[in-house]
Amino acid sequence: MKQSEFLNLVMPFKDKLYRMAKRLLVSREEAEDATQEILLKLWSKNDAMDKYNNVEAFAMTMTKNFCLDRLKSKQASNLKLVHSNYSDERTSLQKQIEAEDSVDWVERIMEELPEQQKMILQLRDVEEYDFDEICELLDMKPTAVRVGLSRARKTVREKLIEKHNYGIG
Amino acid sequence: MELDKNIENLLEKYFEATTTVTEEEALREYFAQESVATHLEQYRPMFNYFSKAKEEQYTKQVPLNTRRKFNYKWISVAAVAVLFLGIYFGPDQYQDYQDRREAEIAYQQTKEALNLLAVNFGKGTEKMTYLKEFEATTSKIYNDN
Repeated sequence: MKQSEFLNLVMPFKDKLYRMAKRLLVSREEAEDATQEILLKLWSKNDAMDKYNNVEAFAMTMTKNFCLDRLKSKQASNLKLVHSNYSDERTSLQKQIEAEDSVDWVERIMEELPEQQKMILQLRDVEEYDFDEICELLDMKPTAVRVGLSRARKTVREKLIEKHNYGIG
Repeated sequence: MELDKNIENLLEKYFEATTTVTEEEALREYFAQESVATHLEQYRPMFNYFSKAKEEQYTKQVPLNTRRKFNYKWISVAAVAVLFLGIYFGPDQYQDYQDRREAEIAYQQTKEALNLLAVNFGKGTEKMTYLKEFEATTSKIYNDN
């Protein structure tokens, strides 16, 4: 496969890969690195590419696995500082100021979701994939996807209402 | 009002995750409007965020390295070029070398032959001294007579 053919094939979904990576890794730089890594991996496999009937789904699964591996290795190598023994009075105020734009709240709320729910929400509500596709990508049963999606959406709603009430009260 | 009712129903289904992609599209469209019923306002950021998140793009260039392939190709070209140069100029060079070697051998052989000649010539002149002595003696005899 020529380089131009490859680019034509990959162009339509490279943004989706990037958004998925960013959803999981949060940091923009890391997501960019991950996307690049995935695209290079795809390029190195380009002889076998004809065999995959859905390159997009394949690339998406690769991205998912790559990011999860990355997260796992990061958790193993980093010590986490957890402040649980004191509370800062000003945090809620500061958070309010930070999150002026309520649209950004949603992003922050989504960061707090468990990885699986993050991925489901990303694939469904941002990328508008079918349930079947999500099941295949995440290697999950349809009911599990439905439950995860419902939970993720409800959590976002609850947190959002909570934040709204901060603003009022 | 009827639309609001419809949207409420959709929202309910949405949170149970039983909506279809098209129904969700309708929800996103509804919340993209300027004005939304006040009791639905709280859901607005959620759907607006999803629309916004979809627009994010990967702008970095990917360095697809064709270097490895490129290298092999040019290395083979260089190898062929060297091979042809060798075939083309090789025989000439070899001929020169052979000629020079032959000349060297011929020179050595001539030198050896001349040396041999010189040695034998030396032997010849040595013998001549006896002859000279003989001459001297004979001339003495003639002079005495």
